Amino acid sequence: MAMNGKGKAGETDDAVGNASISPNTTAPNTQIKYRDTLLFRLHEVQNRTRGKTWITKEELAGIAQDYGIPLAELDGIVSFYTMFSRERRGRHVIRLCDSLSCRICGSLDIYQHLRKKLGISRGMTTGDGVFSLEIVNCLGACSTSPNIMIDDHLISGLSLAEIDAMLDRLAKEGV
Amino acid sequence: MSNIQYITGFATLENPLDIDSFVAKGGFSGLHSALAKTPAEVISEVKRSGLRGRGGAGFPTGLKWESVAGDDERYLVCNADEGEPGTFKDRFVLEHAPFLVLEGMAIAAYATGAQTGYVYVRGEYPHVVASLSSAIASAVKAGYLGEHILGSNFSFNVEVRKGGGSYVVGDETALLNSLMGNRGYPFLKPPFPTEKGLWGKPTIVNNVETLAYVPYIFTHGAEAFASIGSSGSPGLKLFSISGHIAHPGVYEFPMGTTVRELAAAAGGILGNLKAVQIGGTAGPIFDTAALDYPLDFASMRKAGGALGSGALVFMNTTVNMAHVLEVTMRFFAEESCGQCFPCRYGTRQLAFMANKIASGQGRLEYLDLMRDTTHVMVGASFCPFGQSIAFPLESLLDRFGDEIVSFIKQQEFLKEAAV
Ligand SMILES: Cc1cc2nc3c(=O)[nH]c(=O)nc-3n(C[C@H](O)[C@H](O)[C@H](O)COP(=O)(O)O)c2cc1C
Ligand code: SF4
Ligand code: FES
Repeated sequence: MAMNGKGKAGETDDAVGNASISPNTTAPNTQIKYRDTLLFRLHEVQNRTRGKTWITKEELAGIAQDYGIPLAELDGIVSFYTMFSRERRGRHVIRLCDSLSCRICGSLDIYQHLRKKLGISRGMTTGDGVFSLEIVNCLGACSTSPNIMIDDHLISGLSLAEIDAMLDRLAKEGV
Repeated sequence: MSNIQYITGFATLENPLDIDSFVAKGGFSGLHSALAKTPAEVISEVKRSGLRGRGGAGFPTGLKWESVAGDDERYLVCNADEGEPGTFKDRFVLEHAPFLVLEGMAIAAYATGAQTGYVYVRGEYPHVVASLSSAIASAVKAGYLGEHILGSNFSFNVEVRKGGGSYVVGDETALLNSLMGNRGYPFLKPPFPTEKGLWGKPTIVNNVETLAYVPYIFTHGAEAFASIGSSGSPGLKLFSISGHIAHPGVYEFPMGTTVRELAAAAGGILGNLKAVQIGGTAGPIFDTAALDYPLDFASMRKAGGALGSGALVFMNTTVNMAHVLEVTMRFFAEESCGQCFPCRYGTRQLAFMANKIASGQGRLEYLDLMRDTTHVMVGASFCPFGQSIAFPLESLLDRFGDEIVSFIKQQEFLKEAAV
């Protein structure tokens, strides 16, 4: 695959222009103002406390201030990445992979099962606020397809009954 | 078939984060011998080895390093954003042989004059972020990274960064944008990252697997590396094998190994083989003729595809190709970064039509419309993501179009046939 250079100049300038706003540094790890740590920070804030899985408006404003990024721009950055949410999500986020390997190895069985069990479909949160269900692309674990992630944990090779037991346990745990 | 191993040899260590056992197995000896050479000699060794990038594009690594120019402030970025569906080899390397990647990074930094390295790990690999950070700390403590590496004048620090969920960010220019805290939009080359990358400074971006093979060149020699594999594609390669196959997993074989040999090594196909997608979702879907393809850059190009990341997804005869079409087109629509119109709009149209077809509301004219749409996208999309959609779509329609056509006809008929 080679670049063919057919893009419009305006678009490129914009992308590079954004980049050059960020302060230049040789020691980015020590200075919170440097934007290479931004995504790390967003993850941290999103999961600041157990069971919190989204970024609030106030938190976003705080980060915008810390990094000296206009709020509207930060909003645009956060919305670009699929792992971040600016809306309230369940205490536990279930990510079901539906890329090719998982699909042909049974991802739909898991999806139908979760839908029935939780009473929600893609992109929704259960009424009790415990689970959100997302469909995502390849989790990079296709040797154990079908795969799901629950929060930070990759779950593969479990039967539907075992997944049930796990969800029941998580639901009982409370926050 | 040869049974030479390198990465998978290191990956058998019981505790991959124990630096002593890595060293006992010969780890970091490549860094020792590289530091005894001048940076220019190191680059010329890598060029002689013929090593080509394992991230998808196959660019000669030595040439990339040599093209670093300009400013003295330089960066090295290890691309661990692995998002290509069907690909899980970089996760394997980082989990099982993290020090090999760090050793490769140190050699690359020495050769190119980079002072700071980043490993950009996709957000979906949180445990890799944690284990890699601990590996870096051990390597610094043992003097393989940090200040005055192995008592020399060469200093190099590595830090881990975590992605936020985006396939396109795997593209090196998008990745640099993301590292700078921006939306992960690709940007136009030239200037290449080796001239103007992170914060406008010269930056080398290499894939995890590429970097993990670098120490080989400095332990076994450039000739040894070049003698493995096929002409134009030297060395070993990691293949991610999944789908309807007995033992899915990561397999290390010389470049040029055939699909048939790999399938056999992985225990054989489950059921009867119908199709295999090679190189990831952005790669073509082949029929059984692919069994005889040698897996190297030139052969796969000749076969109308690309080696890509070295992913192989085997599909048996239970798979409905209308579903494969839908999964594939939805992937592109969901992952398009939205920066340019042809791809943002085209992928949505394609996913819409594929959804209709798979859900039994398809029309035959969609098939031509889909081809037309991809033709426009190939010519007018800004980055390789939008251009590559022709691989899976056209291969599906060329090889399995009859099946999809009869599926559509059958569904149309069923609407009227119900009693
Ligand atoms: C849409 C797109 C996605 C990509 N994803 C990855 C990826 O996940 N990992 C990777 O190493 N390279 C990926 N690449 C290739 C990189 O742009 C770049 O060529 C590579 O990281 C360079 O390293 P190498 O020369 O060692 O292969 C992608 C390219 C494109 C266009
Ligand atoms: S082709 Fe697609 S992924 Fe690439 S810049 Fe355009 S919208 Fe983004
Ligand atoms: S396709 Fe689901 S993990 Fe790769």
